[in-house]
Amino acid sequence: MRAFHRIGRIIGGALLLVALAGGASAQDYIVVQSTTSTQNSGLLEHLLPTFQARTGTQVRVVAVGTGQAIKNAQNCDGDVLLVHAKPAEERFVAEGYGVKRFDLMYNDFVIVGPKADAAGVSGMKDAPAALKRIAEANAAFASRGDDSGTHKKELSLWQGSGVDLAAASGSWYRETGSGMGATLNTAAAMNAYTMTDRATWIAHQNKGELDVLVEGDERLFNQYGVILVSAETCPSVKSDLGQAFIDWLLSAEGQAAIAAYKVDGQQLFFPNAEPR
Amino acid sequence: MAEAGLRLERAAPRPLAGEANAQAPVRPVVGEKIRIERGGRLLLSVEEIVVGRPGITAIMGPNGAGKTLLLRCLAGLKVPDSGLVSWAGLPPDRARALRLGFVFQKPVLLRRSALANLVYALKAAGLSGGEARRRAQAALEAARLADLARSPARLLSGGEQQRLALARALSLDPDILFLDEPTASLDPSSTAAIEAMVGKAAARGTACILISHDIGQARRLADEVIFMAEGHIAERAPASRFFDAPASPEARAYLGGEILVRDGSWNSEEGKR
Amino acid sequence: MQDFAEAFGEAFRLVASLDGNLAEIVVLSLQVSLAAVVAAAIVGLPLGAALAVARFPGRGAVIVVLNALMGLPPVVVGLSVYLILSRAGPLGVLDLLYTPTAMIIAQTVLVTPIIAALARQTVADLKVEYEDQLRVFGIGPWGAVTTLLWDARFSLATAMLAGFGRAIAEVGAVIIVGGNINHVTRVMTTTIALETSKGNLALALGLGIILVTIAIAVNVAVASMRGTAVRSAYG
Repeated sequence: MRAFHRIGRIIGGALLLVALAGGASAQDYIVVQSTTSTQNSGLLEHLLPTFQARTGTQVRVVAVGTGQAIKNAQNCDGDVLLVHAKPAEERFVAEGYGVKRFDLMYNDFVIVGPKADAAGVSGMKDAPAALKRIAEANAAFASRGDDSGTHKKELSLWQGSGVDLAAASGSWYRETGSGMGATLNTAAAMNAYTMTDRATWIAHQNKGELDVLVEGDERLFNQYGVILVSAETCPSVKSDLGQAFIDWLLSAEGQAAIAAYKVDGQQLFFPNAEPR
Repeated sequence: MAEAGLRLERAAPRPLAGEANAQAPVRPVVGEKIRIERGGRLLLSVEEIVVGRPGITAIMGPNGAGKTLLLRCLAGLKVPDSGLVSWAGLPPDRARALRLGFVFQKPVLLRRSALANLVYALKAAGLSGGEARRRAQAALEAARLADLARSPARLLSGGEQQRLALARALSLDPDILFLDEPTASLDPSSTAAIEAMVGKAAARGTACILISHDIGQARRLADEVIFMAEGHIAERAPASRFFDAPASPEARAYLGGEILVRDGSWNSEEGKR
Repeated sequence: MQDFAEAFGEAFRLVASLDGNLAEIVVLSLQVSLAAVVAAAIVGLPLGAALAVARFPGRGAVIVVLNALMGLPPVVVGLSVYLILSRAGPLGVLDLLYTPTAMIIAQTVLVTPIIAALARQTVADLKVEYEDQLRVFGIGPWGAVTTLLWDARFSLATAMLAGFGRAIAEVGAVIIVGGNINHVTRVMTTTIALETSKGNLALALGLGIILVTIAIAVNVAVASMRGTAVRSAYG
């Protein structure tokens, strides 16, 4: 029957499409599980072409929250983990998922909020005290609420402030359950306070009425680490290529490239790998 | 025109080269103790009916008499609540279905060209593509539809559609052909064309069972008449005798133009159910 | 609103500048979604037609489930496909996660119930008309399925368009199984999500305008093809 020939042609066409789509690159590549801040800030797009040109290895970045990035890496769905939640990263290595953790770079967190600043925290140097004042003013605060590195850092600061978040959740304390960018969009729309890493903040294009109000507290320090996923736990890991990427990031050239990335004339990340 | 007629003569008698059981006989078609009830009402109750002798049998009777139901039971399209239908002594089966043709009051045409409608049926009968196309073409010419071979079947006029449906049924050279009021909604010239095709088929030996409300048509075509009323067969007689001296009071009333009302109420169309 | 005017400006700028990245993203979006629709049609059309033709115990329940699956949340599909394709999952060895193939698989899962459910309805309607005639021709269930599918082909195009609309517009599934990797698995919707999270609302909306335009273009193309074909081969 002619219909069968047609069906055959359709199936053939579909397979061809799949082949075209799936076989797009036969090049060597690694998968890096990373956080939205490295992608949204534009850092990785700045770094990767240099590394790819140098080595011919394509770096495929999956940018999700730190919690999900670590989970994905535990499922062996990545070769390198590049996140910013030091205790969780150390646990990742201790549990045998990672080979070794290296400090890569840092930036800092800032607390941003409406320029009108109803809670009156502008200029404060003590982050937990500032949060306490926001809570006392019942001023809207947008939290990531997504188990990301930023979220974990924010929770540790609240803990220091002694505020009972469980009671406030849903009233002035709003958990967006989203990435940093989305949370900044929400905060801008609600004129709420929020905590963000400085890199995402500077690169973010939709600041609304928000401004940086609290910065400079040591506790707002935001350390990024990089880890090769262990081939013992995950045999599919491309250890050589992954280690080469890490080595390059930690090298003088990689560190200089991180320092050189600027948005609006401001440096977003500060390399701090130990010299090797 | 003459050429078309010639081709008909050549094309028609060729037997179908289908599977073995597609050649198996279906005549006579017999129904025994057939009953269909709906909601406690008896729609069909036929003690015994045998059809399949060459010629044209007209089934007549008022609306609601059970004519369509009986035809559908005999053709294997409906299973009666009780009773048996057999084709040449065996229960109806799919393999022999093609030996029976059925033309519906409203023709069912596939959403394809006129030619493709015939080719579909012929291929279903087991013919190869080339042979099917050749015979389809011949059947279209016999039905004077050759000019419309490439036209979408469902864009043809009502008369052309019914001629195509009939040509499709006849292209399979069936042993027995059921026609359910095939000309009910056609104009006189389309009706005449259908009647001519049915007449030719009967002359070639196909047993034609035709439901008709048109007394004139039944007189013109039928060799015998089965008259039904209220679900049962009231009378079966050669056409000449039926029209001259109907035996049953129901038939006399019907032919006399009296309105036969069932259970004191107007009955709607005989349902398909 | 200011943002909308800006968005149209961005959309126009992107198209006018023949942006290479944009072209790559658009082509991948179309490749993935069209492949998913074709794969879903190969599964869904016969499945829908079979459900319209076949009679078996539990058929009603199957149809209810199928209709309900039309509303499958993309994120749930994405997560399920992720868990299966993950290195830690049963099909991890295939190394398909974070590839366009994984995205096609996820969208196929998403679209198949839509095509199957709509095909079932279309074929069931046509079957009412054809049933007796096919029986007269001695056509079996398989023959009925192919005949009904072929004769309903123009109506089924609508089912496939509905599936395509769902596939090209969803983000939840492809972002999880594709990873939104630049130059590898980045498509229109994941780019829009990314630009939104960067706060580039005008650019995101501009991309959205292009996406809608492409969806309309595909619909127009199918509608005109269908119009021509219906006029010449249908009735």
